[in-house]
Amino acid sequence: MAAKGSDILWQLEGVSFGYTGKPVLDELNMVVEAGCCHGILGPNGSGKTTLLDLLCGLLAPEKGSIVFAGQSLSHWHGRQLARRLALVPQDFTVRFGFSVREVVEMGRHPHLPRFGSLGRADHLLVDEVMEELDIASLGKRSVTQLSGGEKQRVAVARALAQNPEVLVLDEATSNLDIYHSLAILEAIRRRVRSGKLTVVAALHDLNLAGFFCDRLIFLRGGELVYTGSVEEALNAALIHKVYGVEARVRQDDFSGCKQVSYRLSRG
Amino acid sequence: MRGPGRSWVTGLVLLLLLPCAMVISATMGFMEVPAIEVLHAVSGRLLHIPGQIDPVVMAVVTDVRLPRIFAAVLVGGALAVCGAVFQAILLNPLADPYTLGISSGAAFGASLVIVLQVFGLTLPASFSVPVFAFAGSVGTLFAVLALASGDRRLSSTNLILSGVIVAAILSAAIGLLKFLADEQVGIIIFWLMGSLAGVSWGDILLLLPVTLAGLLVCLMSGRELNIMATGERAAATIGVNTVRLRWILLVTCSLMSALCVAVSGIIGFVGLIVPHFLRYLVGPDNRWLIVLSFLGGGLLLLFADTLTRAVLPAEVPIGVLTALIGGPVFCVIFKNRQHDGSKGL
Repeated sequence: MAAKGSDILWQLEGVSFGYTGKPVLDELNMVVEAGCCHGILGPNGSGKTTLLDLLCGLLAPEKGSIVFAGQSLSHWHGRQLARRLALVPQDFTVRFGFSVREVVEMGRHPHLPRFGSLGRADHLLVDEVMEELDIASLGKRSVTQLSGGEKQRVAVARALAQNPEVLVLDEATSNLDIYHSLAILEAIRRRVRSGKLTVVAALHDLNLAGFFCDRLIFLRGGELVYTGSVEEALNAALIHKVYGVEARVRQDDFSGCKQVSYRLSRG
Repeated sequence: MRGPGRSWVTGLVLLLLLPCAMVISATMGFMEVPAIEVLHAVSGRLLHIPGQIDPVVMAVVTDVRLPRIFAAVLVGGALAVCGAVFQAILLNPLADPYTLGISSGAAFGASLVIVLQVFGLTLPASFSVPVFAFAGSVGTLFAVLALASGDRRLSSTNLILSGVIVAAILSAAIGLLKFLADEQVGIIIFWLMGSLAGVSWGDILLLLPVTLAGLLVCLMSGRELNIMATGERAAATIGVNTVRLRWILLVTCSLMSALCVAVSGIIGFVGLIVPHFLRYLVGPDNRWLIVLSFLGGGLLLLFADTLTRAVLPAEVPIGVLTALIGGPVFCVIFKNRQHDGSKGL
């Protein structure tokens, strides 16, 4: 089911949400299109994680409506949604010593009947994603014994094993070293370019966003500040408006992306 | 080193051991009965073939020993299954069937009716103590769930805390009841320590269907329980309805444990040790762990009950015995795990 560039995945209308009365997101209207990498950016407490939870159906909006793939999100059944959408949470901790392979295989759950077990095709898919994320050699290790970065790669592998059309990343690379951040994001980007995947990623690092994303969504204080392509969105004025820092943005020839440097505002 | 192969072997060994242990246990006691006669007595009773066997032997085996043996297997199995499931849903390797206060509730119910009898209430003790114990457990379960369900996610921290709070209040109330019972306090203490001595076929008729139905419900949720171990958000986006699963399994397992406690009193450590030991042996996959816990728990409690019934010179309360056997074993496993360097038990 290849996603076309113009398909609308999510449509949010007047979405508000608050924990115990304090509004976290206020009257949000936006559209998320299929077929590219969307970055959600904003300072701490701007509502990024809440927005992701709403998009994944983990939270229901207090006001407004969210439509996913043409159907109100509240009408989606959990397993049905899990076949199309996968989440990589920020800190992926597994209690009990499941092996790495067992955890990745859990990604097949929404595709299997209750008492079914993995077939040949499922095992091949699991092999493939473990290879892609460089964890094939860790298969028998207990996840409780892995380093933070290895664990995060297992989380991404598990999400890809769900074979989703949409991948939601919540600061998924913040625990990773530079090599593995780039390698994982590159692997994900390849799938996006081949039209197989749409990504929505909450990010802190503007430079990583410049490298990874096609479109950016800026939030501040629970409100949508700006949404647009990376070329338009990454500019000094907007960064100052959202984060309150002075920034300089330039096109970097070496990485081929936009790069941002910043400092605290003076005076 | 572990995986399905090891699980199959463990399962087969336990499946063979359990019936053998049941027959051997039936031969032991004040009157020794050879194994072959045990089998004759059982088949004779089942197929209504009279005359082959001394009626006294027949009565001792089928009416006295077998109900108790079956009760030990079912109670032990149920407690171990509940332990495994509670550990999985509460994401806490130290959880056991009593974590949510089931045992305190039962103890309170039983103590209450015993004290009321001291003050002149006339109800048949054999009937009223289990009924009150069961009612106490169920009441406690609802109190704990009501207390914990303030946030709709029914988080494990909230559940454990609520269990601790309710249990603390109840144990104070039990203290008061013990004080009121005065010289009759021995009856309460003895009941609290657990015993399978008074079990009849009627109890088995109640235990068997409830335990098997509960086992089935738990088994159906095996794969989802595994996924729960990866955290709330991850499990929910992989298609597991975590809140509904928690509700179903908490209620199922609490009812199972409450019935066990009503029949046998409070038998500790089986529900903690058995799942732990088996996880150490075959890994954390709940689809295996639940079945193996049932067999292992049944075997362990049968061993302990046979020990106190037929081997020891006097009948030691079984709750004390399981703790005395289980405690040191637990220490050894715990120590070994630390040496293995694995963090999550």
